[in-house]
Amino acid sequence: MREGRDAREERRRRWIDRWAHRVIFLLSLTAIVTIVLIFIFIFREALPILTDPEIQREASLRHFFHPMEGPDLASRYMWQPVALVPKYSLIPLILGTLKTTLVALGIAAPLAVAAALYTSEFAPSRIRELIKPAIELLAGIPSVVLGFFALIVLATWMHRLFGFETRLNAITAGTALALALIPIIYTVSEDALNAVPQSLREASLALGATRWQTATRVVLPAALPGVFASLVLGFGRAVGETMIVLMASGNAAITSWRFTDSVRTLAATIAAELGEVVFGSPHYHVLFFIGALLFVVTFAVNSAGVYIIHRVQRRLRGEV
Amino acid sequence: MTVAPRTESPSASLIASRWEIFWERFREQVPIGLLALASSLIVAMLGIILGNIAWNGIGQLSWEFLTTAPRAGMTEGGIFPAIFGTVALVILMTIAAVPIGVATAVYLREFVPGSNLAYAWARARAARRWRERLIGFGHVVEILFARATRAAVNNLAGVPSIVFGLFGLGFFVQFIGGSIDRLFYGGELTYGQPAILWAALTLALLTLPVVIVSTDEALRAVPRELREASLALGATRWQTIWHIVLPEALPGILTGAILAVSRGAGEVAPVLFTGAAYFLPYLPSRLNDQFMELGYHVFILSTQSPDVEKTKPLLYGTVLVLLALTFALNAVGVLIRTRVRRRLRARS
Repeated sequence: MREGRDAREERRRRWIDRWAHRVIFLLSLTAIVTIVLIFIFIFREALPILTDPEIQREASLRHFFHPMEGPDLASRYMWQPVALVPKYSLIPLILGTLKTTLVALGIAAPLAVAAALYTSEFAPSRIRELIKPAIELLAGIPSVVLGFFALIVLATWMHRLFGFETRLNAITAGTALALALIPIIYTVSEDALNAVPQSLREASLALGATRWQTATRVVLPAALPGVFASLVLGFGRAVGETMIVLMASGNAAITSWRFTDSVRTLAATIAAELGEVVFGSPHYHVLFFIGALLFVVTFAVNSAGVYIIHRVQRRLRGEV
Repeated sequence: MTVAPRTESPSASLIASRWEIFWERFREQVPIGLLALASSLIVAMLGIILGNIAWNGIGQLSWEFLTTAPRAGMTEGGIFPAIFGTVALVILMTIAAVPIGVATAVYLREFVPGSNLAYAWARARAARRWRERLIGFGHVVEILFARATRAAVNNLAGVPSIVFGLFGLGFFVQFIGGSIDRLFYGGELTYGQPAILWAALTLALLTLPVVIVSTDEALRAVPRELREASLALGATRWQTIWHIVLPEALPGILTGAILAVSRGAGEVAPVLFTGAAYFLPYLPSRLNDQFMELGYHVFILSTQSPDVEKTKPLLYGTVLVLLALTFALNAVGVLIRTRVRRRLRARS
């Protein structure tokens, strides 16, 4: 009698175990399925640009990148999706994205890498305990708040300081964007620097090198791929960041090389225009095409960054 | 080339001159000072932002501001609907993101047999009986699946939030919502439009990596001996996970959930097209209602306001509430995580 109950109990336990395994497996499919679905659903809406002749009359790759008739750069490449004759040149948007990204990386990279080197090599632990939470706090600021700050406060300050022609421009947006990049670049760089084995530092110091020499000629070169990866990941974030540039860049799609002009980025264009677009119109498909472009770029950039990080970690552990 | 100045100047005496000592110190200390300056610049920028917002926003906070709806074309009144919408959104998001995220991490840590692909492959090839071989190849497949999942999680964390917004619109609103309408509501527009449910699900996917990474870290901190002891006493794998591993990892899981909530509460781009509304006279009460959100409210107030100077105090107040919400959550999350990490370090 007792034997029977135990056996039944055992069977029940096994059954629960098996089903728990299955359910957990099914739930864990979500990550992969999501990536695949994002790919499918973004590209499905972007595809008519390449295949549908009806849409292609208004918006095709030729419209995106080919210059139109015009006396100067700005009139040859124009983004005017709601004009009588819509113009869909992506050149001003790509240029705008690159300009803000360049400014942001130019400000964030030196500051964040310097801070990472300082905290990992030189800072007394009390100061380190101050800088690290501060940067985590910075990472926790929602991007819409950074955008708000850039729009309301920073733009006014910088306008007064430098006397820009337009209040909102690539430099203002890039500066605000830099605040969003600093935490990423700092965190990844600092991880890379910390992964350098202590024995390397000790060997260098024992040979009579100073701390500065050790840091710049032993530790930094060893961690360089990791630092590079941090910049790559920062680039990916900068290209995809939406709210900050949407609020602080002025949103004028101007084709020019000047950093003091207003700019419109790829991501901000989607955010600004998708709300009012006619479902299924060429404009709608163009916006999804831009989304697909962003997805591909950030996917590639991220994969590269993560790959570099893994490699440098394995090398520093002496596995390769 | 500056290992020691003495070797570079053989003509000088063996004893370094005062100038040389000074130069040596100078070359050592000044660059370090510059690094410190860069670090303090970052801290200062943070201080300026937070200080500015706190200074201008604190006067705006009042019971009325927090509990009433906007009035007079959003130039007066409070932000209660936005707070309510954000909280509701984040709760729905957590309900979706946490179980999936925890399950994924549990699968990757507890069910995948090891991570050495070459070893698993060789063992599968070497197995004599076909049944063992089948199990062996199953392990190989599982390891590959785990790697693909980790790669997917990494990439998911890097997908721009606006792309999530596009995806939410294309997949949840139009595809899923549209299908539900066709099947159950005879084509009447019910779920095939922006709604709090779709916004929450979009956000859940966006914050999934945060939950997974945190839980994964917490599971790694659970000592192997605990699992082995439980298994040795005759518990099944699931019993071990449910009664031993998960309770032990609870602080880390909680951290992930809190950080995800903090992240989700601040995101605007994904909810732009999936459910956030400019202004609503009522609070969302059903899953297919639209909602107001704090971050979106900040965006609207600062870009679409007819009179910027008049809305500025309201704007600062809203930003302060949003910041307080995300920071309070973040601080709690980081605090727990620091504890978990310390324990992890103590174990290894």
